[in-house]
Amino acid sequence: MIAELGLAALWLAAALCALQLLGGALAQRDENSDLARLVRPAAIIQGLLAGFAFLMLLWLFYVTDLSVKLVATNSHSAKPLVFKLAGAWGNHEGSMLLWITVMALAGGLIALVERRLPEKTMLATLSAQAFVGLGFYAFLLLSSNPFERLPQPALEGIGLNPLLQDIGLAFHPPTLYFGYVGLSVAFSFAVGALLTRQVNPNFARAMRPWVLGAWIFLTLGITAGSYWAYYELGWGGWWFWDPVENASLMPWLAATALLHSVGVLAARDALRTWTIMLGVIAFSMSMLGTFLVRSGILTSVHAFAVDPERGSFILVLLLLYIGGSLLLFALRAGTVSEGERFSVTSREGALVFNNVMLSALLGIVLLGTLYPLLTEAFDVRVSVGPPYFNPVGAIFTIPMLLIMAVGPLLRWRGDSFARIKNSVAIVAAIMLAVLALVLILGSYGLLPVLGLAVAAGLAVGSFLPLRGRNLLRAPLSLWGMVIAHFGIAVALFGMASETAFSEEKLAAVPVGESAEVGPWDITLEQVAPVAGPNWTAIQGRLAASYDGGDPVLLTPESRNFWAPTQETTESTLATRWNGQLYAVIGNQAADGRWQLRLWWKPFVTFIWYGGILIALGGLLALIGRLRTDLKRRYVKSRQADRAKEAAAL
Amino acid sequence: MSAVLKAKHQRLVLIIIALIAIIGAGLLASYALRNEASLFYTPDQIAADPPAAGQAIRLGGMVQEGSLSTMEDGITVAFIVTDKESSTVTVRYTGILPDLFVEGSGVVADGRLDANGTFIADELLAKHDENYVPRELQDMDQHSPDKTLETLESVT
Repeated sequence: MIAELGLAALWLAAALCALQLLGGALAQRDENSDLARLVRPAAIIQGLLAGFAFLMLLWLFYVTDLSVKLVATNSHSAKPLVFKLAGAWGNHEGSMLLWITVMALAGGLIALVERRLPEKTMLATLSAQAFVGLGFYAFLLLSSNPFERLPQPALEGIGLNPLLQDIGLAFHPPTLYFGYVGLSVAFSFAVGALLTRQVNPNFARAMRPWVLGAWIFLTLGITAGSYWAYYELGWGGWWFWDPVENASLMPWLAATALLHSVGVLAARDALRTWTIMLGVIAFSMSMLGTFLVRSGILTSVHAFAVDPERGSFILVLLLLYIGGSLLLFALRAGTVSEGERFSVTSREGALVFNNVMLSALLGIVLLGTLYPLLTEAFDVRVSVGPPYFNPVGAIFTIPMLLIMAVGPLLRWRGDSFARIKNSVAIVAAIMLAVLALVLILGSYGLLPVLGLAVAAGLAVGSFLPLRGRNLLRAPLSLWGMVIAHFGIAVALFGMASETAFSEEKLAAVPVGESAEVGPWDITLEQVAPVAGPNWTAIQGRLAASYDGGDPVLLTPESRNFWAPTQETTESTLATRWNGQLYAVIGNQAADGRWQLRLWWKPFVTFIWYGGILIALGGLLALIGRLRTDLKRRYVKSRQADRAKEAAAL
Repeated sequence: MSAVLKAKHQRLVLIIIALIAIIGAGLLASYALRNEASLFYTPDQIAADPPAAGQAIRLGGMVQEGSLSTMEDGITVAFIVTDKESSTVTVRYTGILPDLFVEGSGVVADGRLDANGTFIADELLAKHDENYVPRELQDMDQHSPDKTLETLESVT
């Protein structure tokens, strides 16, 4: 019954979505028609219905209803509760339902609160949102029904992929999805504005919170994904340039560019067409990412829930959305009048530079990710990895970060570098000092050394915009920018340190003996079997002592899950302020020695602290912007009231 | 008047810089891709047309039953990768074997051939679960993607 309720709600939501699309489109002729008045309520109720359907799915997983195919294939009665619930979206059908739920709720929210834009543009936006949504409803209802029943109930479920039974990963996909869906809203705004040719600062202010929100979630999602891959896969790496990782990085790059250009449009009424273009590209990248991940068209160790038939469905949607919006863009871009002018050396100029570099980076990642597909068409199989991405990416990243360190100091419209030469000198001096210091310390390879120097310069540079300001009075959005830029410096420092200073030790150690890596001395005290709720494991007990200090206990495991049967490696970490010790236990060699893989990774945690800081900066900016908007709206309504009173007198 | 001209001029400069950057990125990327992408080889292909020693390649095939052995140091393993035909390549890998690495199953290894024709693997690609088959191996592996369903049917 519950499953049928969910399915019914979903069909009803799809019907409302169709109404929203039609109503919004027809309202372009007459924005006061009865149909036009239906659009907003339709969007709101559609959001509620989709939310209801998702709750029903959660409920089915909560009670482990094994008559539902999705539950039987992805859950198990013995699974911990949180993973039962996470099982609802830890698969293709459930994650698509989550996607559409978030999208419908976002559409409902716009319909409920957004009153800033001309009504016609708003209705066009809701119509565009419904256009995207309808494709997903069709996908869900026609080829991936999450509520499908089994002919007869299963006795027991198959379980969730053990690698996904991890608290970090349970919440990682929804985080990314919030980001993707936020970009779909930005896309709808862009299409809506193109349809009514209303591209102006007001439009940018309406779109910005959605871009910011999406960007925050993407940042958190990528950070969490990187940390998950780092500790769960047991390889000790934090980024593999795997297609699935790239699939999340590409929308982030586009969203970062969009975030900055939408800021220029809001503040200075420049970069109109460029912002629209980025709005289209950012969402296209999230669709492309979904396609790459879901279709299994690329070799990836991360690819779950792969199905070529569904891949082609997404491909059709992808072509429809990207093709349609680009066509619209081509038709309309010329009629969006040119914005305000600015000179090359200005805040806008720096932001354009950042945008160009980000776009170049996006192109590089995109090419590298798709290249294996292209060559395979000619029957040549290749894999593209760090030897391509790292150096080629760095060529564009480093100049971008340098401009980023000083760009925020420039004034809008027109400025000269001479005015900010002191600040530039400070940043340059710090970079050179760090560069010299690292070169004296030893030889570490070009990229990490440059990374350390740029990180130091950027760390200082990011705080310079606060110089000479009253720190308490500085706007929240300024603080947001400062913290986000500082976060980039922190993450970069972590990446460069990890690459430059990591030490690795592979050893076969008998019980009672010890091994050394970096400043650590690690003794293998014991190896014993342990059991968990749905797995058994071999657990090593390691006493690790830093520089002769008190030992910490580490317990790496090699786990065997029995539903489904699978072996996983559970690494363990000892975290200190200056780095992490990473330990993995392997097989037992014939003579009784145990394989240990140990890493000492100085400052590796800064990579993810940086990610969190970046997201925090985004959050501060978002709060600051929303507050300013509310204030502005309040002032406006007061003015209107006063005008009314005056008129009455 | 001159100010307007100057603004136009400067905008042109921006557009040119942008074009150069984007075209440069494209050229650079395609050049790097041609050099840095590692080619995928099966044992048959290595036998037929061996790559230069030291060149980064990716090797894929099946781990031959009974070929896995551990060296003196306890952490270096050697095994033989074969394919449907009869060609074989000996692989040496120093490190902890990934989960689900078993004899008779598919494997993909990143690394290079040494002067003796032994493949020195830097990394063995782990499978995430037993349903995941590296795409390169789909033709030769017996696993079917519908395994989940089969398992389900056997449970019900």
